[in-house]
Amino acid sequence: MKAAEYELRGDILVIHLKADLDHHTAVAVRESADSLLARSHAKHILFDFTGVEFMDSSGIGVIMGRYRQVIFQGGRVGVMGVGSNVDRIFKVSGLYKIVEQYESAEEAFTRPAKECFAGSNDIK
Amino acid sequence: MDKFDTEMRLAFQAKSCNEALARMTVAAFLTPLNPTLEELADTKTAVSEAVTNAIIHGYGEADGTVEVWCGRRGKEVFFSVKDTGAGIPDIGLAMEPMYTTKPEMERSGMGFSFMEAFTDELSVESAVGEGTVVKMKKVIG
Repeated sequence: MKAAEYELRGDILVIHLKADLDHHTAVAVRESADSLLARSHAKHILFDFTGVEFMDSSGIGVIMGRYRQVIFQGGRVGVMGVGSNVDRIFKVSGLYKIVEQYESAEEAFTRPAKECFAGSNDIK
Repeated sequence: MDKFDTEMRLAFQAKSCNEALARMTVAAFLTPLNPTLEELADTKTAVSEAVTNAIIHGYGEADGTVEVWCGRRGKEVFFSVKDTGAGIPDIGLAMEPMYTTKPEMERSGMGFSFMEAFTDELSVESAVGEGTVVKMKKVIG
């Protein structure tokens, strides 16, 4: 089973996760994402968690690692399709402080960065 | 006090592809207690963190076996994850949030924090060169 499928939407690299995001799949996702980032003009990264029921701290490493890759070029990292289990991990880890949550790929990064960070503080 | 209603032991090769097997097996062991989805997710996360630590930090590139044990007593579920790998030189430091010895692997350093957050009790026994046992307890319901 593939860990993820990748889609370029303008300057956004969308990573459609297809399996639990643990240490095993994290390695594959990291390698593929970085290779695509290097070869494309993608500025932002959107992780699509639709259908993903499990993530552990390895997933946090993947997201933070990609965040570090894009932030210096003015890029941002977003997530969509986050289910309740993954949402708890995001909340416990404080990841929503740096990652923006969107309803869809169409909506991703349409909010100004500042506004979305103000919004993310409201997430309890 | 050490009598359990039932026990289970799973031993597998220290490879990342077995991480899912470990947490699914423990989840299945819990099922008769009718855990909530949240309790199930908590347990799977805690097991996944401990098993990942055993594979990455216990054995690293070396081959080895990870052993997961579970015991049920009423609503209490006890589980342990054991490796006979490198061991932890400073357990207190290893358990500090965000501390990791493998930043190059993008380890977040949140493993023990998650185990603590998602279980009711956690203890770690380790000896350098001998291995590590992480013991956890989760009360269901």
